[in-house]
Amino acid sequence: MTSTVWITLGQVGLLLAALALVHAPFGAYMARVYASPRHTRAERAWYRLVRVDPDAEQRWSTYLFSLLGFSLASVLLLYGLGRLQEHLPGSLGLPGLDPDGAWNTAVSFTTNTNWQWYSGEAAAGHLLQMAGLAVQNFVSAAVGMAVAIALVRGFARSGTDARVGNFWADLTRGVVRILLPIAAVAALVLVANGVVQSLDPHTAITTVEGGTQHALGGPVASQEAIKELGTNGGGFFNANSAHPLENPNPLTNLLEIFLLLVIPFSLPRTFGLMVGDRRQGWAVLGVMAGLWAVAVGLTTWAELAGPGAAPAAAGAAMEGKETRFGLAASALFAASTTGTSTGAVNAMHDSLTAPGGGVVLFTMLLGEVAPGGVGAGLYGMLVLAIVAVFVAGLMVGRTPEYLGKKIGRGEITLVALYVLTTPAVVLVGSALAAVLPAGLDGIQDAGPHGLSEVLYAFASAGNNNGSAFAGLTVSTPFYNTLLGLAMLIGRFVPIALVLALAGRLAAQRAVPASAGTLPTHRPLFVGLVGAVALVVVGLTFVPVLSLGPVVESLS
Amino acid sequence: MTPTSTPPTASTGAAASSTLVALGRHAGAGLRMLVAFTLLLGLAYPLAVTGVAQIAFPWRAAGSLLTSDGARTTERSQAVGSALVGQGFEGAEWFHPRPSAAGDGYDTLASGGSHLGPQNADLAATVAARREQVAAEEGVGLADVPADAVTASGSGLDPHVSPQYAALQVPRVAAARGLDPAVVRDLVAAHTAGRPLGVLGDPRVNVLELNLALERLE
Repeated sequence: MTSTVWITLGQVGLLLAALALVHAPFGAYMARVYASPRHTRAERAWYRLVRVDPDAEQRWSTYLFSLLGFSLASVLLLYGLGRLQEHLPGSLGLPGLDPDGAWNTAVSFTTNTNWQWYSGEAAAGHLLQMAGLAVQNFVSAAVGMAVAIALVRGFARSGTDARVGNFWADLTRGVVRILLPIAAVAALVLVANGVVQSLDPHTAITTVEGGTQHALGGPVASQEAIKELGTNGGGFFNANSAHPLENPNPLTNLLEIFLLLVIPFSLPRTFGLMVGDRRQGWAVLGVMAGLWAVAVGLTTWAELAGPGAAPAAAGAAMEGKETRFGLAASALFAASTTGTSTGAVNAMHDSLTAPGGGVVLFTMLLGEVAPGGVGAGLYGMLVLAIVAVFVAGLMVGRTPEYLGKKIGRGEITLVALYVLTTPAVVLVGSALAAVLPAGLDGIQDAGPHGLSEVLYAFASAGNNNGSAFAGLTVSTPFYNTLLGLAMLIGRFVPIALVLALAGRLAAQRAVPASAGTLPTHRPLFVGLVGAVALVVVGLTFVPVLSLGPVVESLS
Repeated sequence: MTPTSTPPTASTGAAASSTLVALGRHAGAGLRMLVAFTLLLGLAYPLAVTGVAQIAFPWRAAGSLLTSDGARTTERSQAVGSALVGQGFEGAEWFHPRPSAAGDGYDTLASGGSHLGPQNADLAATVAARREQVAAEEGVGLADVPADAVTASGSGLDPHVSPQYAALQVPRVAAARGLDPAVVRDLVAAHTAGRPLGVLGDPRVNVLELNLALERLE
């Protein structure tokens, strides 16, 4: 047992050491990427080619329109690629997607959710994967980072006319200066370890005992790398990162966890540098890391302990888990993928123990801030920080301020709407599915686990995570349509609110800190923000969590 | 929402239509950029990675295929499977893999797990039945059957079993092949992988590679 503990701590230690090593240089690099006034020669040619002006500072509303216009084009193109798959080259002879399926997938990949109702190897040809899904893996991630940077600029700027940057430049730089170089290197490391990278179709071969199995092909490694790095999570194959050709050994497993955490955990540094006070970045990082560490600890404990009828019958909670990873590496992946809005899985979450499944569900319900998706985690956490200074301001009767910006009625209204949006989507969606026949039809396990399956689906869609309690049958028009709406609202309403907030903050003049200003870099504030996150989620979701995972854990 | 950024409009109808026009204009620019990104990220990037991978790691890029002699190949017509992908073995002379929920078992076109929850009564019953079956096959007590022998993996294509489950199968395989159990045990040890860096993942035995090595013994 002691050796199990050491091994568990050892893998977390290796991961943390790698993340700590790159935190400062990578965070500083990203700050330079977004702050630099200079374009590379290739970028200038690129902007000329697509005829956009990368130097025009945009007001928040223009920035939002550019973002929405780009996302609208993305949804339409992806919908078209899905519907017309059979007529395009590289389809492997697979048919086009149904209208509801194509809609769901188009929204899913544009919103950085990567919820998958389909099985990759059986429904998506190589062209749809490469030219459709993998492209969105890059650009949807860069969109999230752009929004976070726009909000940070709102804090960093003072007395402007609500200008927060240029969306086209932020998008392009996020892709070509940050995501693409790292993904290319990571993809080759993955191939070196056995992840497939070819354009071959899936062809039948005869196995040793004379049976038939299909040898698999496809541009898997190139997609796997950005799937983790961009906290997307849409697997090339149905089994996602549990598939041995996506995640062949314990080393690639650690690399994939590192990739999905590295941008979310480094962006606080970028934030600290851009607002001119690195301590503020440490505080944000502290809240993220604290929540993540608790989630990892609890999930690991639950999976190692293995409570429940099925794990007890088997002797360990190995249902849905791979031998090469074992319990601890599966738990670490599960907590990290749900904490980052990635949604890739190296073990099947529906078969996690009841407390383990409850913890990863709760981690998503936190609003994806532990440490959250690329960009989305940072702006989500900054919103929570504003709630925290507001609560503290109420307690001492002062106008709250954060980073020199007053949090007045307009600001807190936007923040309150942000905090309410996702829970509303999750609860209304779950409630509809729990009462309508079309929703109830999809449930595999009756009773509390069935409710957990439905709640998990809408929590995953509304928070743009994309992982699933996959016992729920979601490849129906009902779930495809409703979950598509949940993803769309859960992504773009918060983004609109954050950009509006960024505009208001950028227009404000910064006020100098006074003796009455709450310091927002001390451990006290870190604890306060963490408590706000837990209380907000707790109050919102305790009733439904009690009926699902809690009842299940107690039975 | 902010007075500084919304221009005054005559009516909400006019505002809505001008909003739509603006969105359309931005969507046009968005579409141009998206097409350019599709060429860069959807074609150039994966094709470049494929090209480099095919030159630098041809065998792995093609799926780590093995011939019946256990040799590496990139020719699918000569392959009996992938070193990284589990396949079904049922005869007494083979080491058996874990139960699989991928299609009818180890179907690579239907990867995935059972997705059955921890309190699912059917799953608990299935696990208990598998335990009895494995115990009877290997001639051991129920308590000696390890967890991986009675649970389906996440991918349904798990290429490995635990060293405990492999050890359990040694007497049966040795008897079926008329081999000295010690020889088979050595072969299992030679095909057992430990934890990289001492702490990552779990120890494991590759079933396909082990079975192909068994064939070469004779």
